[in-house]
Amino acid sequence: MDLPILSIVIWLPIAAGLLVLALGSERSLLGKQVALGATVLTFVASIPLYTGFDSSTAAMQFVERVPWIERFNAFYALGVDGISMPLILLTTFLTPLVVIAGWQIIKLRPAQYFAAFLLLEGMMIGVFAATDALLFYVFWEVMLVPMFIIIGIWGGERRIYATMKFFLYTFLGSVFMLVALIYMYLQAGSYAIADLHALPLGMNEQVLIFFAFLIAFAVKVPMWPVHTWLPDAHVEAPTGGSVILAAILLKMGGYGFVRFSLPITPDASQALDWLMIALSLIAIVYIAFVALVQNDMKKLIAYSSIAHMGFVTLGFFVIYSAVTNGGEEGAQLALQGGMVQMISHGLISGALFLCVGVMYDRLHTREISDYGGVANTMPKFAAFMVLFALANAGLPGTSGFVGEFFVILGSFQSSFWLAFFAATILILGAAYTLWMVRRVLYGEVRNEGVASMPDLDGREFFILAVLAVSVLLLGIWPAPLVEAMDETLGSLLLQVTQSKL
Amino acid sequence: MIDYSLAAPEIFLTAAICVVLMVDAFLRAEQRRWTYTLSMLALVGTAICSALFGVDERLTTFTGSYVADPAGDVLKLFAYLIVALVFLYSRDYLEENGLFKGEFFVLGLLGLLGVMIIISGNNLLVLYLGLEVQSLSLYALIALNRESARSAESAMKYFVLGAIASGTLLYGISLLYGMTGTIELGPLAAQLAEPGGLNVPTVLALAFIVVGVAFKFGAVPFHMWIPDVYQGAPTPVALYVGSAPKIAAFALAWRVLVDGLGPLHVSWSDMLIVLCVLSLVIGNLLAIVQSNFKRMLGYSTISHVGFILMGFIAGTEDGIRFAMFYTIAYVLMATAAFGMILMLSRKGFEAENLEDFKGLNARSPWFAAVMLLIMFSMTGVPPLIGFYAKLVVLNSLLEVGLVWLAALGVVFAVIGAFYYLRVVWYMYFNEPVETAPLAPATDLRVAISANGLLLLALGIFPGALLNLVARVL
Repeated sequence: MDLPILSIVIWLPIAAGLLVLALGSERSLLGKQVALGATVLTFVASIPLYTGFDSSTAAMQFVERVPWIERFNAFYALGVDGISMPLILLTTFLTPLVVIAGWQIIKLRPAQYFAAFLLLEGMMIGVFAATDALLFYVFWEVMLVPMFIIIGIWGGERRIYATMKFFLYTFLGSVFMLVALIYMYLQAGSYAIADLHALPLGMNEQVLIFFAFLIAFAVKVPMWPVHTWLPDAHVEAPTGGSVILAAILLKMGGYGFVRFSLPITPDASQALDWLMIALSLIAIVYIAFVALVQNDMKKLIAYSSIAHMGFVTLGFFVIYSAVTNGGEEGAQLALQGGMVQMISHGLISGALFLCVGVMYDRLHTREISDYGGVANTMPKFAAFMVLFALANAGLPGTSGFVGEFFVILGSFQSSFWLAFFAATILILGAAYTLWMVRRVLYGEVRNEGVASMPDLDGREFFILAVLAVSVLLLGIWPAPLVEAMDETLGSLLLQVTQSKL
Repeated sequence: MIDYSLAAPEIFLTAAICVVLMVDAFLRAEQRRWTYTLSMLALVGTAICSALFGVDERLTTFTGSYVADPAGDVLKLFAYLIVALVFLYSRDYLEENGLFKGEFFVLGLLGLLGVMIIISGNNLLVLYLGLEVQSLSLYALIALNRESARSAESAMKYFVLGAIASGTLLYGISLLYGMTGTIELGPLAAQLAEPGGLNVPTVLALAFIVVGVAFKFGAVPFHMWIPDVYQGAPTPVALYVGSAPKIAAFALAWRVLVDGLGPLHVSWSDMLIVLCVLSLVIGNLLAIVQSNFKRMLGYSTISHVGFILMGFIAGTEDGIRFAMFYTIAYVLMATAAFGMILMLSRKGFEAENLEDFKGLNARSPWFAAVMLLIMFSMTGVPPLIGFYAKLVVLNSLLEVGLVWLAALGVVFAVIGAFYYLRVVWYMYFNEPVETAPLAPATDLRVAISANGLLLLALGIFPGALLNLVARVL
């Protein structure tokens, strides 16, 4: 079987997006149907990536390679390994849900809305699938364009401020990466990521390149102190935008760290792991306190995303001290934890934003104080929201627990205090999420608005149910995911602990 | 033995200009479209001449003062295309605003002749001659609308500053001639390459010449004329000034600095670094505060010139090629951007303010999308041509180890992103102020769409243009 699956899952949504755009908003029902059909088809097309995935090798699979810019020795080269395959599936899985979520709500230029998400989907998959750094960069940057439009047109009140900030922040982050990539191309004579991994680099070069990558990826993750764009962008984005932003765009930062920073600059990563660990801990502890005092539900979840992504970066950079103090096993566990956390956070934060979206569609406010006693009028909804909130707090049996538990175990190998601070998120996370749940869902019905809120309709029920099942499934039975990544992460660990000097 | 065939396009164009001028004199106002058609035919004919008499290698004629080479042919063909686009984009606007005169086309073609002479000049005086032919046409063109005080003012400014710049250039040339006894580029380079070629008087002459070149480019601090001319000139003329002469500026820098003064690269690259940094800083920062779109494009040009200069600063073979690549990319983008202004303008209404782009997406999603492509291309977002233009010049800078300049360049690219994004913001996030429907002529509609899509097509497959540039230069 030689179907170019990766090309199909990249270009099918992009082509469908252009078609929806061409249909225009006058025929928006047809456009929506095309959008839904294309995203579902893309998901179906991406399933073979999992079923046909050979988890016994760390090599790139489903490889495609066509000359692209001969002058720069750049290829249209695609491939997936245990790191990128789950992220691609996450993308193809969530996009249809986002399309369904926007089905009735989007009244303003619906064709452009759905087209933007379709284009975005193809570009995001391109980022994960590219094995050529120039191609990666092209997808990485062009992705900003539909996101800029999505926040700017369909966002909330301060949407223009938010979207400009989002674009400029992320653009500033990535241009330094471009300079670093060109620099390495001149040394290696190729943009292939594998060649960059093998490129010998001196310590000074590594440190500079490490920082160039750090700016790019830290802005995307986002890490403290360059996280300030995220709450603005999240709060002002439409529900679908928030879901994609939290569930997938943030993962690109984490993906960048494991794909570029760690293997290309292993010595700089080792030398500077204290910095990364410190930044991650600040994100985990400090941002969790910030989340505690938010009055806006979306802002609260946005801050909780930053804290949870702190776990991911902690897992990735704790490996060096885990290897020195404990052993390879702990390091492997930490890496796995970071990866599982990315997938699980994608599902949970997406689901929480959808929950807020459900309430916002009814009452048009995100203020926690405007709600109260929602569980009385919307019992089904409340059940889902409580589940996702508990998952966000890391309840065993949900996917949120697995990733965090792995990372904490890994950190224990490194140092007790590290694990101690990391574990505080379990407490603080429970505190801010459950406190929000209590104020919003329980108690007396606060006002007329809440009293008249209808419970979930079939469409909303379906989306939340699908997400709930996947959160539970991943929590109870994470083995398939962990196994798929195992070999790749093992070889990555070998690679990153080997000095390039 | 003088080989006239090498100059066939110039000879043909000169004859054609005379014909257009004569025919136009006998046409009534309502028959003026003939002038337009004849001018277009003149361009087609010149292109055919270039294609028929194109060369595969570097050949000189007129006792060495005139050169034909593949890179020159490519630049000329590109210039014809651009001038044809300028005429096409301008036609309806000129008709509606009572400026549809034969002079626009005749002077436009004369300016093109100047561009071609610069491209083919192999002798400092021939280059100077081409420069003057081109500049004099521009001075007159800018003042085309004699009712407008602003046009007259900007023409005066440009004329006075341009005259000083020409004088400076000529003074540099005379100093060089005094030092070396030759004005032909090849022998000049040979003389300068000899030991002792780099001395104080030659560097002094070099400084004057660099000033002249910088003025043509509009690099800071010789940029004062650009914003005023872009804003003050009638929009079709601004379109013209912003496009074809940029090709000439590249050619002038390439012929004079690389072919003629190549051995002094150490000296002029330092001068260009200063110009480049200043252009990036001033161009980008001042563009942010503009509310007039034409003026903003003026400052944006200045910042792009900073990037073009980077290729020359690197000074490698690739550096010059990539400067040419950037120039071609930039001219395509600028032509499209000015074309959009012309398309949105109507009788008595100039869509020259940023505000006029408000809500374009609601009025015409297609043209908003085209404009979005143009703006993101200028920002340097892939996969548009503007990204690769930046990529390649940064590549050549890093090749020679100028990491700091590359880093500075990308920082200012981010700062510059703000004002391009603002256009997208007005188009997409605001509701329209102006609700008149857009009804451009079909050929205009097709041409501007093609121009916008070309930025995307060349961005997805940049290899073709990169290979072409590498093959000819």
